[in-house]
Amino acid sequence: MALSPELTQRICAEFPKYPEKRAVLLTALHFVQEESGGWLPKDVVPELARLLEIPVIDVWEVISFYSMFHAEPVGRCHLQVCTNLPCCIRGARAVVRAFERVLDIRPGERTQDGMFSLGEVECLGSCGTAPVLQVNNRRYEEGLSPGDIDGLVARLRQEASTSGREKS
Amino acid sequence: MPELRLLLPPVGQNWSRIADYRAHGGYAAAEKALRDMKPEEIVELVKNSGLRGRGGAGFPTGMKWSFLPKDGRRPRYIACNADESEPATFKDRQILELNPHKLIEGLLIAARANTIDAAYVYMRGEYRGPFENLSAAVAEAYAAGYLGKNVLGTGMDFDIHLHRGAGAYICGEETGLLESLEGRKGQPRKRPPFPAVSGLWRRPTIVNNVETMSHVPHIVANGAEWFKKIGVEKSSGTTIFGVSGDVVRPGTYELPLGTPLRELIFEYAGGIPEGRALKAVVPGGVSMPVLTAEQAMQVNMDHQALSTVGSMLGTGGVVVLDERQCMVRAALVISRFFRHESCGQCTQCREGTGWLHRLMVSLEAGTGASSDLETIDEVTRFMDGHTICALADAAAWGSGWFLRRFRQEFEAHVTHRGCPLAGTSFEV
Repeated sequence: MALSPELTQRICAEFPKYPEKRAVLLTALHFVQEESGGWLPKDVVPELARLLEIPVIDVWEVISFYSMFHAEPVGRCHLQVCTNLPCCIRGARAVVRAFERVLDIRPGERTQDGMFSLGEVECLGSCGTAPVLQVNNRRYEEGLSPGDIDGLVARLRQEASTSGREKS
Repeated sequence: MPELRLLLPPVGQNWSRIADYRAHGGYAAAEKALRDMKPEEIVELVKNSGLRGRGGAGFPTGMKWSFLPKDGRRPRYIACNADESEPATFKDRQILELNPHKLIEGLLIAARANTIDAAYVYMRGEYRGPFENLSAAVAEAYAAGYLGKNVLGTGMDFDIHLHRGAGAYICGEETGLLESLEGRKGQPRKRPPFPAVSGLWRRPTIVNNVETMSHVPHIVANGAEWFKKIGVEKSSGTTIFGVSGDVVRPGTYELPLGTPLRELIFEYAGGIPEGRALKAVVPGGVSMPVLTAEQAMQVNMDHQALSTVGSMLGTGGVVVLDERQCMVRAALVISRFFRHESCGQCTQCREGTGWLHRLMVSLEAGTGASSDLETIDEVTRFMDGHTICALADAAAWGSGWFLRRFRQEFEAHVTHRGCPLAGTSFEV
């Protein structure tokens, strides 16, 4: 994929906030990921490097360092269950197992139809409403129990098919 | 007993929109600071109030500000830490979602006090809702003349920029945050130089947490003595405690520092479900040494009191574990977290966090040896205090203190060849 003129414009509009263009890198990667199905196609990396006037390797370093950036495709709904201490105490493992059962995938995998991918994630700052799930780097589903997962998956499938795709 | 809410609006209310914030006295402190106070007076006031950083380390805020060079060179920056990623911490999120103008007003006063040109609020990438809420509030503040050129007609220019992180605990470390803001991997910098001298883009920078900055308006409005009267010696004011784990009413509670931990757990958070017994409490985010039930029942939630029982206030994120729970599993989850989040720069941390996690997994699986307990001790000593930043210290304390305070349970995992509490404990 090539950076669209709109995306390029959105990225360039961030430049005046900072003394250096490089500072826009994380924001630019978020923008690209939102527009390209929740992950970062490889071809965009040299284009971003050129736009921000930094070496290509610096872009890769940042992509691989931060857990919210994905260099491989994720599902239209990327589901991440927090398995840090407060969520584990409130039953996060059983929630992960329920997703594995309903979706027939393991953390790190994607369903064959590309609709869902599953992962575990570190603390999301929602410990008072544990266990918590993050959908597509965008919203939280809080206070889950294994019994909720069938209904939740059905709802997310419905939303994703009516909206084209869930924004990442 | 009701909470004492200085940072947050009353329960059930949301003052995110500027009209609501102003209707409750919002921005009066900024008007006072900008029109009637000299910058050095504000710094002195914050110093005298005893305000200490609410991000985990508890460093005196006014003193941090006074480290900025006095040479008058510009620009100078604030990097506001809204990365909130210490596990069990969800307090700054409350401010960002319910009272974002409090933070903006705090930043504006701090900018006046320290002759700052711009503030960058570094927000954890996962906080999408809080980001949008704060963005809307910042736009309102620009429209109302509290930000931008010639703020309130005083001739002061001040901008606030929001900046999203992308999922890395280490970016909550102040120099990791600066690296990330500049568009790099969040690998912490060696100090000195400290950020006050050479921070963002090598310019003088103060780094303060969201809650810390949000205390500044009411200190300016009511005075240092007023703030010091709330709380206890060396721990002034309120904080937003987060309570999670085995309690009836998990959530956040804004209370004076010095509140007994027993009250926080048993009164505010409603105690432990079904009358089960308390076993252990992590008092300030998972980096801080765990307390036994006996310690937890006696200690107050302030800097001094927690240090007397060998722990720290940290972020005030309290995790409660009841009698069913396995301490090795708790240590395992914490060690897994730090292994995932080590940035990899320092050998002690990169290797030590992995080593600790592997040892915990082995103990939990029943394949551990009693010599592993000595190894854990040794590895944590090798990590603590020997690295560029405090992540290794936190990793060493977070799981190492579970071993020191619940050693018998670790030994039982060796002798039983597995978890004696497997039938009742949470799963990892």
